[in-house]
This record gives sequence, structure tokens and C-alpha cells, in this order.
Amino acid sequence: MILLDRVTKTYSRDTGAALDRISLHVEPKEFVIIIGSSGAGKSTLLKLLTREEKPTSGKIIVGGIDYSKLKDKDIPLLRRKIGTVFQDFKLLPGKNVYENVAFALEIVGMSNKEIDHTVPRVLEIVGLKGKEKRMPMELSGGERQRVAIARAVVRQPKILIADEPTGNLDPKHAWDVIKVLEKINRFGTTVILTTHNQEIVNKLKRRVITIEAGKIVSDRANAEYHS
Amino acid sequence: MNNSEKFKRWSITEWRIIKTGCTNFVRNAWLSIAAMAVMLITLTIVLFSVIANATFTNTIKQITDKIDVSIYLKDSVTPENREKLVKQMKALPNVKEVTFLSKDDALVIYKKQNANNKDLLLAISQTDNPLPASLQIKPRNVNKIAEIKTFLDKKEIKDLQSDETSYSGDRKEAVDKITHATDFIRRAGIIGVLVFAVISMLIIFNTIQMAIFNRRDEITIMRLLGANTSFIRGPFVVESVLYGVISAMVSILLLNGLFAVSSSTLEATSLGLLDINYASRYFSSHFWIFMALQLGVGVFIGAASSIIATHRYLKFKTTK
Repeated sequence: MILLDRVTKTYSRDTGAALDRISLHVEPKEFVIIIGSSGAGKSTLLKLLTREEKPTSGKIIVGGIDYSKLKDKDIPLLRRKIGTVFQDFKLLPGKNVYENVAFALEIVGMSNKEIDHTVPRVLEIVGLKGKEKRMPMELSGGERQRVAIARAVVRQPKILIADEPTGNLDPKHAWDVIKVLEKINRFGTTVILTTHNQEIVNKLKRRVITIEAGKIVSDRANAEYHS
Repeated sequence: MNNSEKFKRWSITEWRIIKTGCTNFVRNAWLSIAAMAVMLITLTIVLFSVIANATFTNTIKQITDKIDVSIYLKDSVTPENREKLVKQMKALPNVKEVTFLSKDDALVIYKKQNANNKDLLLAISQTDNPLPASLQIKPRNVNKIAEIKTFLDKKEIKDLQSDETSYSGDRKEAVDKITHATDFIRRAGIIGVLVFAVISMLIIFNTIQMAIFNRRDEITIMRLLGANTSFIRGPFVVESVLYGVISAMVSILLLNGLFAVSSSTLEATSLGLLDINYASRYFSSHFWIFMALQLGVGVFIGAASSIIATHRYLKFKTTK
């Protein structure tokens, strides 16, 4: 599903490589946790996957698409196949909960009828039924993140990328969000999750990849994490 | 996806772009009003200067049309000689038209002009008609009157004349000054309008760019979600085109009202060089052209500035 072959990313010569010859393989329907301290290169790795950044060298293939052959005009099509959840939610401030989720479907030209059929079901999965009309400003952090997850999964992507989705949340809300991610993974979506939260890693007992200073230092299944 | 499905998605998307543009227009009411105010003012001033320039040119034309050269013929000049002279003059490149005024015509005009002066009328009726016949020459270009003058100053032509050649009576000096000024004023007027149009385009562009700058985060988020360029840009273009259409209409209506009020309250025919009545007529006779032009300019500036302003936030990273 995801293949990285000796991928290097250097932002500028002075700072050195943010990612240094990373190779990685993720199977379909896997749940992978990426850990590492701030500045280790986790976010850079995810930004390469969503083609927010271009690798300095190396090969990236996601869902059969070779990024080195990807044209600019096809980037939107790629992003529609990948669901993304951000630490700072990135909700559209002028749209309410329902409209934010519906937006992901409007992009692909889905009819209002189909949208009205799909959005309520997804909002129910993330536990936001009854809050359709709320604006992002009126929601708690956990609720906002669940809107973002609903938006990311409403198109039923094969891959879901979650960049520290619990970073801004208290433990209870953080756990709610993780449970939603697990549920989505059970429906068959590959999930890539980055986190700082030791407790989450230990409870999930999934494949854990540790990145330090731009290099993969460990890659273990059913791993626990001790700082 | 088959073709009908593709068309369905395309039309749904186009409709959404227009709808979102209109919704944003209403939701950003204050920004819309500010942007439209700037557009309205600049469009109005540009159109007003176009009309002012046309009126000014018209005034100059009226003045220069009155400039003519008259020669007075001796009573001894035979009709054959006169015809020959007229022919010769008409052959000159700068002569537009030559009108003959007979002695009788001159008397009729004289009597009309002095209808209130009994003494003068009496004096002229007691003698045989003393007024000379004359030829009035209208030049094509008032700035090249010297050519005609050289011709008239030739010895054999001079001999036919009873009196000094008259250049619009005794106002030759004033006429000379005006003719020299006209070309300059006309050119300055056109350049002024152009400069103003460019400046106002920049102001409008800047206003729209500011409005889009405020929403750059929104554009980035849409980009990350996989929206393509036209889906993100479309609503901004729709919104800016709406600014253009509304400001153009209001601008035209405003000028229409202005002329209606000024020509009814200011019964005066002219305010210095700006003839209000002419300006008003000029405006109403070109109403639909001006309307189309204002709409065209408004739509063009709105669309162009929003396309250019969104461009930088829609770019994908290309650096490795």
C-alpha cells in the first residue's frame, strides 16, 4: 500500500537532512504508529505522503501511484484517495459541522442527495450526531478533531494519515479520537498515526516505527514504548 | 465513469461554484461593500473623465469651427473672375469649403445685425449698397491657416480684394492661441483618462488581493483536502465578478442621476469649458455603450484580479 525507498528530504543545506534514506513498507489495512521526538522527521514523512513536499531523492509509491511521475494537476486526485487528519484540525471556519464534512464530497462532485445520505452516517460513527449545525468555534477540541476525522473518512479512503491528532486534546478526548481511528481501521482503512502519547502507544499494541534525527531506529510489531 | 455521469458531476460542481461565490459575497458583506465602493468610485471617475474629455473636445471644435477667413471683393470683379478664384481656392488642400456672399446677401445680414440701430439703417438705405461681396473660406485644419494666407497674399489675388483679409474679425491673436492649445489639450485629455484607468485598475486589484489574502488559510485547507484549482478559485472569481457587475451598474445609474439633476437645475448652457447640456446628451446617446463598457471593465478587472491573487496560494511545492 505504501512504499518508501531510500527517501531523503533536505529543506536547506544548513540544517541537514530532515529525513535520511528512509525505507519503509506498509501493508493494506495495517495500523502503524510513528513515534519520535519533535523535529525527528515524523511530520516531514507525512507531508511527503500527501505530496505537500517533494523528496530530495528516493522513491515513493502510494496505492500504485509513483510520486516522481505525478503531475501537478493530478495532486488533487491523489489527495482525494488519502484521508488526512491534522493536529490543528484545519476545519473551514465559515462552515458548520455538516458543511465541513460535506465539503470533502462536494470536491468530487457528488450530488446533494448522495451527500445527505452519507454525511449523517459518518457523523454518527464519530459520535457527533445532533451537532450538525454547530460552527467549529462552538465545539471542544475533541469534537473538532472528530469533525476532522469524519471529513477525512467520508470518502472512504484506502489510507488515513493522522498527524498527532491527539496533540491538542486532554486524555479522555484523546482516547475517544483513537477509538474512532481503530474503528475505521477495522472497516479496512490503512491508518498511519504519529503521536507523542506513550499511553496510547502501549494500549494500542500495534506496529511502532521510531524515528530519530531523520532515521528509522526501530520498527517492531505489537510494540510498547518506554521513554 | 461514463460521459453522462461525468457531465452530471461537472454541472453539479459548476452550480456549486456559483452558489458558493454568491454565499461568500453575502457572508463577507462588509468586505464586499468596501471592495465595491472602491470599484464604484474609480469606475465613475474614469467614465466621468471620458465624458468630460468628449465635451471638452466638442467645445474646442465649436470654437475652431467659427474660425474662418473672409476676403472682400472689389465691385469690379466679374462673376467669371470670381468663379476662377473660387476654383483656385478649392484646389488648396486645406480648404474645406468656400461660400460666396453677394452684395445683397451682405446687406440683408447687415440689416439683421443692426436691426436695433435706426441711425445705421437709415444711413445705409440712403446710399447705394456700400457693402462688398465676400468669400468665406473654412479651413480643414485651423492650425494650417498660414497656407491659405500665403495664397491670398499673392499679388494677382490681392488686386481683386477691396479690403484687408479678415481672419475671424479682429480676434486673430485669440484664435491663434486657441488653435495652438487644442492639440495639446486633446492629447493631455486622452493620456489623463488612460493614466487614471490604469491607476484605478491597480487600486481595485489591490483591494481584491487583500480580501483574498484574508482567506488564504481557507484556500490552503481546501488544497490539502484535494480540491482542484477551479473549485477553489471559482467562488472567488464569481464573488469578484459580482463586485464588478454591481459597481458598474451603480456607477452608470449614479452618473445618469447626476446628469438628470444637473441639466434640470442648472439651466445654464455651459459651465466654462464644460458644456453640461452637451455632456448630458453625449452620455444619454452613448448610454448602452457606456453600460456595456463599464460592465466589461468591471467583470474583467474582477475576474483578472481574483485569478492572479489566488494563484500564489494555489501553487504546489516544486522544490525538492
